[in-house]
Amino acid sequence: MNKQIGCSFLVEETNFNNVFIIEEFDKTSLQMIEATREFVKKEIEPNVHELENKNYELVKKIMKKAGEMGLLGLNIPEEYGGFGMGFNLSMFICGEMSCDSGSIATAYGAHTGIGTYPILYYGSEDIKKEFLPKIASGEWIACYNLTEPEAGSDANSGKTIAVLSNDKKSYEITGQKIWISNAGFSEVFIVFARIENDKNITGFVLKKSESNGVTLGEEEKKLGLSSSSTRQVFYDKTIVPSQQILGERNGGFKIAMNSLNVGRIKLCAATTAAAEKVLNISISYALQRKQFNTAIIDYGAIQEKFAHMATKTYASNAALYRAGNDIETKISELIKNGTEKTDAKLQSLLSYAVECAIMKVYGSEVIMYVSDQAIQIHGGMGYSADTLVEPAYRDARISRIYEGTNEINRMLIVEMTLKKAIKKELNIFKKIKEIRKRIPLTLLGINKKIVKSSLSKEKQIVVNIKDLTLLLLGLAAQKFKAKLVKEQELLLRIADLIIETYISESVLLKTEKLIKLNGKENCITQIKMLQNHLCESLNTIKQASQEIITTCSSGFEKKILFILLNKLSNSNDFKIKEIRREIALRLKNDGKYGFSI
Amino acid sequence: MNILVCISCVPDTTSKINFTQNKKKLDEEGITFIINPYDEFCLTKAIFMKESSGANVTVISVGDSKSESVLRKALAIGADNAVRINADSDSSKSVANLIADYCSKNKFDIIFCGRESIDFNGGQVPGFIAAKLNLPFINSCVGLDYTDDKINAKREIDSGHEMCECSLPAVVAGQKGLVEEKDLKIPSMRGIMTARTKPLEILDPESTYNNNIEILELSKPSERSDCKIISEDNVGELVQLLHKEAKVI
Repeated sequence: MNKQIGCSFLVEETNFNNVFIIEEFDKTSLQMIEATREFVKKEIEPNVHELENKNYELVKKIMKKAGEMGLLGLNIPEEYGGFGMGFNLSMFICGEMSCDSGSIATAYGAHTGIGTYPILYYGSEDIKKEFLPKIASGEWIACYNLTEPEAGSDANSGKTIAVLSNDKKSYEITGQKIWISNAGFSEVFIVFARIENDKNITGFVLKKSESNGVTLGEEEKKLGLSSSSTRQVFYDKTIVPSQQILGERNGGFKIAMNSLNVGRIKLCAATTAAAEKVLNISISYALQRKQFNTAIIDYGAIQEKFAHMATKTYASNAALYRAGNDIETKISELIKNGTEKTDAKLQSLLSYAVECAIMKVYGSEVIMYVSDQAIQIHGGMGYSADTLVEPAYRDARISRIYEGTNEINRMLIVEMTLKKAIKKELNIFKKIKEIRKRIPLTLLGINKKIVKSSLSKEKQIVVNIKDLTLLLLGLAAQKFKAKLVKEQELLLRIADLIIETYISESVLLKTEKLIKLNGKENCITQIKMLQNHLCESLNTIKQASQEIITTCSSGFEKKILFILLNKLSNSNDFKIKEIRREIALRLKNDGKYGFSI
Repeated sequence: MNILVCISCVPDTTSKINFTQNKKKLDEEGITFIINPYDEFCLTKAIFMKESSGANVTVISVGDSKSESVLRKALAIGADNAVRINADSDSSKSVANLIADYCSKNKFDIIFCGRESIDFNGGQVPGFIAAKLNLPFINSCVGLDYTDDKINAKREIDSGHEMCECSLPAVVAGQKGLVEEKDLKIPSMRGIMTARTKPLEILDPESTYNNNIEILELSKPSERSDCKIISEDNVGELVQLLHKEAKVI
């Protein structure tokens, strides 16, 4: 019953045949990816150091060239001057465009994501016809004005106001917006303001005009994203025609949140590609850097780092394109059932909002980890601005903050999951009951039967992780009921369990599919990365579970749960040191992370 | 004007080169194939000519199905149609003969080839084509102006450049200078979408040509040894090393 519903991974077993892996992109898609890489090599790579010099004009120039190449209209339907590309392909291309420079990544993401989607999903036909072709071609660059000095994570509390004119033909917007990416060179401004005493904000789209009361603050001084134009935007009685409302009055918060779903998963596309790039830079360095007459890639302490960096990159990729495919499949299903195209996209993204949030959190933490270890591998050199890993590290930091902080996203993951359970969109509570019933058997070491797999040991661990997650989600919900949403620390731990469940299962499914496509003998390193991931995942799970059990249970129940935790989080079968060394050896032999396309 | 651009499908310059077990062929595992860079200069020139005067550009490659991806790229860049001659591309003579056979049945004003291909660097195909078709041949071309019935070409020679004029049809072997690297085109998204509907014809060869070259063994150049830096105060050591290790004096 739960086919094509976001978050169903928690209650259902997914067959690897139903997931998409990047190795399955068709020839035309590969050609587009290749063309994007050529563009990056020609226009971005030679400028990576210059992009550290607050050269906003250069970012604008690159964006305009990307527009000429058609790279800004990938998601925009053909009837509005775009290419109507599939979700996964546009994500992969977004990653390629973003992997060299955080400044470009942010400019590209702000324009093609939150700068485009509100118009595409909520604009009237006239607005779409007026704005989208120029946004697709790059003639107009777009920015998204939501955050205010007093309204960050609490986005709906903005103080910017919109006053309806006496003739009701226009609104007058007044207020202050901060941290607006692309503000310095945007022509199109998507802005949120409150009309009268409406409960929610309302979305508007307008063309920039200083004579119309739109002025900009100075460029912000930032930790990273040096050439990403980030400025305050002031609106002083700015007049916007009434027809330029996006969606409906009072509906802006919904637009803001729904646009963020795409922004979140696309951010992961950028972080995953960047992680791969940073990893490759580090491999090259470790191959040529010798200490004590030995290349540092041959030392266990460095190999361990490489194994984790590669594993996390592989895992992020596996889950990202699984989620992207689910979103794409759901869109097709809805269109087939008569839903209008744009609505179908919106509904699908809403359905998979949990997965979008998971990927945002996971991807941003992967790039943080990978860029941090890249600096460590480079040693003192990594601290120098002459290297490419130094800006990568600084640029990575923002990804845990924007598109909703990781804390907000973690809490959302749990809240949205519980909502689906309460609304009975998913049989989560029924599933929890089943798992609870099986506890005595599990304690006796009698495992649940799993579908046959070439990776049965690994599959059993994924099943165990899922059972633990559901069990502890149920435990917390039972203990705190409606007050659970106030227990933020607990929510963060439960979110960790849900994230680990999704990512672990995705890595397993991708590896199973690769085995089917290429044979087990050609997937040895991928299997090692799966095993390394599971060991790491179980460590996170153990820690999070201990806190949940301690907070939510006592006495006999607590004792039983701890025994159960020990049973279900066992990874003693893996010789982890050897596994990591083998992964690193493969990277050394290939001279790069060779698991992309 | 009808222009033919001959395209060789070669390993990406960053590829790690390995050979098959018998050391007679390139091991294609993990190799990305690209348009031979010399051919790409020619293709770009042909597209510029098309853009300025409406020429029709055909691209041709002799080889197996892997060359279709590079032909598709050429179509995405702006070529109008593509032909793949389904034959082995190991021998320059055979490739040139097959292309010449195609040209004798299809009229072209200019036949562009890269000066050489970066895999085997034979540099023979354009000359062979011109000889077989009995056409004028401009090698190492670094500049080209044209009118309807003749071309003015600049070609690189040992002592500098040579300006020459020749009638059409002609065979031109191009290199950097014909266009510059910055001029090379990246296929746009629209170009790629449009290329899907452009014709890519696959032809079986009507004649077979004997390969009169047998590859006995392929091997990689020996690895360079580490660079030794000798202090300027130590000329004696330098002489010893040049004599005993490098054996050049």
